[in-house]
Amino acid sequence: MAALPRPLHAHTPTSGQVPPAASARWDLRVGRTRIEIDRKVLHAPCIGGSVPGPILRWRQGDTVCINVTNTLADEDTSIHWHGLRLPATMDGVPGLSFAGIAPGQTFTYRFPVTQSGTYWYHSHSGMQEAQGLYGAIVIDPPVPDPQPCARDYVIVLSEWTDVSPMDMLSNLKMQDDYYVFRQRTLASFPREARAAGGPLAALKDRLAWSRMRMAATDIADVTGVIYTYLLNGHAPDMNWNAIFKPGERVRLRFINGASMTFFDIRIPGLEMLVVAADGNAVEPVPVDEFRIGVAETYDVIVQPREARAYTIFAQSEDRTGYARGTLAPQPGMHGPLPPMDPRPVRTMVDMGMGDMKPGESMNGMAMPEPASDMQTSHTHNHPMPRHESGMMDHAPQHPMSGMQASTPEPTPHGDGTMDDMDMEDMRPSPPAPAGHGHGMSMPEHRMDEPMHHKPAAHMHTPEAMDHDAPVLVEVDDPGPPPLNVENQNIARMPTDRLGSPGDGLEHNGRRVLNYSQLRATRPGSDPRPPTREIIMHLTGNMERYIWGFNGRKFSESGPIRLRHNERVRFTLINDTMMEHPIHLHGMWSELENGQGAYRPYKHTLISQPGSKLSYLVTADAPGLWAYHCHLMLHMETGMFRTVIVE
Amino acid sequence: MRRALLLAALLLPAATVPAQAQSQATATARKTTTATARKPPPKPLYHAADAPTNTPVAYVGGMKPVMDQGHYFHGILDQLEGRYAPGGTDFRWDGEAWYGGDYNRLWLKSEGTLEHGRLHDGDHELLYSRAVSPYWNVQAGIRADIDDGPTRTWGALGVQGLALYQFEFQATAYASDRGRFAGRIEGSYDFLLTNRLILQPQAEFNLYTRSDPERQVGAGLSDVDAGLRLRYEIWRKFAPYVAVSYAGYLTQARRIVHDQQGETGALRLTFGVRSWF
Repeated sequence: MAALPRPLHAHTPTSGQVPPAASARWDLRVGRTRIEIDRKVLHAPCIGGSVPGPILRWRQGDTVCINVTNTLADEDTSIHWHGLRLPATMDGVPGLSFAGIAPGQTFTYRFPVTQSGTYWYHSHSGMQEAQGLYGAIVIDPPVPDPQPCARDYVIVLSEWTDVSPMDMLSNLKMQDDYYVFRQRTLASFPREARAAGGPLAALKDRLAWSRMRMAATDIADVTGVIYTYLLNGHAPDMNWNAIFKPGERVRLRFINGASMTFFDIRIPGLEMLVVAADGNAVEPVPVDEFRIGVAETYDVIVQPREARAYTIFAQSEDRTGYARGTLAPQPGMHGPLPPMDPRPVRTMVDMGMGDMKPGESMNGMAMPEPASDMQTSHTHNHPMPRHESGMMDHAPQHPMSGMQASTPEPTPHGDGTMDDMDMEDMRPSPPAPAGHGHGMSMPEHRMDEPMHHKPAAHMHTPEAMDHDAPVLVEVDDPGPPPLNVENQNIARMPTDRLGSPGDGLEHNGRRVLNYSQLRATRPGSDPRPPTREIIMHLTGNMERYIWGFNGRKFSESGPIRLRHNERVRFTLINDTMMEHPIHLHGMWSELENGQGAYRPYKHTLISQPGSKLSYLVTADAPGLWAYHCHLMLHMETGMFRTVIVE
Repeated sequence: MRRALLLAALLLPAATVPAQAQSQATATARKTTTATARKPPPKPLYHAADAPTNTPVAYVGGMKPVMDQGHYFHGILDQLEGRYAPGGTDFRWDGEAWYGGDYNRLWLKSEGTLEHGRLHDGDHELLYSRAVSPYWNVQAGIRADIDDGPTRTWGALGVQGLALYQFEFQATAYASDRGRFAGRIEGSYDFLLTNRLILQPQAEFNLYTRSDPERQVGAGLSDVDAGLRLRYEIWRKFAPYVAVSYAGYLTQARRIVHDQQGETGALRLTFGVRSWF
């Protein structure tokens, strides 16, 4: 335990303490400040000399007025209010919302706040976000919080490095695995052979990946080799502290403010009750762990009962580092540090090759049992031409799987450590109101869109229901993406992975949150079925480090035009073998996860590798909006589109 | 060398101007191929919501929200090494540098060996490189053999890329101003012993249609330069290595060199540094 209790500076941004009262008027000054963390010195662009920037507390119903002054010497800046519903001109994206904020200039953002919850802000200029220009937003609801808590902390996770994002990008263009020192090697072969059940199987697996010119170890593009992972601006050894009294309910508002890192968060010894996702309340889900994609936010409530230190442990998805903090009854205490989990290894499921037979499964050491089990039980694959069925081994099909209210999936894992997980999570959900069969009845789906021939790669989404099929009057289907300079893979059999917590988290012995468990506390505000479906393939070429949609980068693509008030289904097919956090500015993304009218409203959605998911959007906000992968280097290399609502 | 620079000046605008034109052209080409390449009978109507359009988006202040057309500049010295032998040490370099974007790049390749104070095997190429598939680039330009022997110039056309199983591979055909032809095949493979200790077999073969005794060139397979290098990446961009290298003349060239009382081939213990920026 630490020698001296260190007083926390109340309400400084790095304390994580939400300011005592909301304010509608803010003056923010953007400048560069020399900051040293973990012996890495950076002249970081930030607000008020602090990384993260100040926690902005607003109140729903107020019109906020924020003056942002650029004191940077020779670069523009901007602040984007991530997840906020506001006029397009206030969204803070240079080129789309406004012209940016030139040095010496002040821009006044003024907009009514029509929502509540946990959000964040960040720069949308010149990769300043990757260097420190970000912070939390907490918006008070107009009604008393249905989940009252004695304490309220913001936890901003992010990265710190003295390598400039431009250098990172340049290095990755030259060598795509520049920051990855966890490749399969001769030295790791015996371990793989043990996991694969023999050297021959391991060799076969390696050859298969090598033949595809891809790496199963490709988890993150930029890693702990250069990153120090931060929790509220604290490196792990700085041990950020938060105080509680035993028995108190503590709200932790997790924000992933990183530019390239997904975190897997747990607090050993404490159950976390997930009560909000991306600012919106969800039916509480008790979990031991959850993955937070870049730009997502989750509110969890914990209730520590013992007077001891609990460690908030946030491992990077690739397990090259972690952010860490401590919840304790006294300041300065240290909780025990758990060991890091085994790193995930990509499988054929990530390649969009569907579910392989266990014998063919390409998983390595992190997932001893066939990783395909989980996906199989959640897959909504429909009868489809079997010409490619050499790859398919559909174990029992569950027409209703993926729905929380339905029967728990059989979890056919060998080790039996995890059998309680799904059971506990599968609490019966409140029934959807009548008239919203949408998503709740879910019989067998068909590939039944009239006038629209679907290639084998396109399976129907969970909620693409008979009921609304006739309403769809337009389908924008780009077809399978081309294999070209900008795209190196086609997910021939994308699977529904909403029931999977993500690579590296399956069957790890803990209750891990997955997307199918998110259920809004109130039905969606727009009950209309979609009249249009937009299918987007997430594509990229890791080798050349080019990213995009439909085999094209931003500069080679047109905008996506939506009609005002149009109800649109976006279907994302991830042809790459990485997760992409896809963010639509200005409008909600209502995830079709089998919760019917109680679809969770999100602003950022993780599209898992080799997966297919869909969400509904009401295009009720006219103007130019950004639509992009929130991994900064993916966005900058082309995984970005302009959305025009007209 | 002057000639090479002159050609470089001519090639530069050619390499940058098509950059935009070609990307547009490929965009439209791609559109038409996706529409037609499928099976004809029930012709699926594919339409991408983000299809390229001719109507430009009115960005505020003309600012594009992301810059995915960046240009990069990198250079790598794969070999910078001393090849030890009792009679004297040879020094050899082999490297390349490129500048450009995702599709169009200008490449400069250079290699040469300093042997007993005499530079030979000096070979320099200036190429325009165009990305054509996920892993392959087509390269065209000029090659100049400039060293202590007589100078030769060639036109070059080749491919470079990543073959199946992650072999680095390049093959180039050359046509000289004197009506001769030549070819070169180069390949290497990185075998990871650990994440930083890497064993790299590498080989380069040169072929010529006609002999050129002044340059120790014979018709047919003329020479080989190969190495087995064990490098340690202290840092990605800096890796010292030890190696066994072999440089030798083959078939007709071997006889030519033998007649000239030259060394026809030698296996040598080699030390060097691989570095890039």
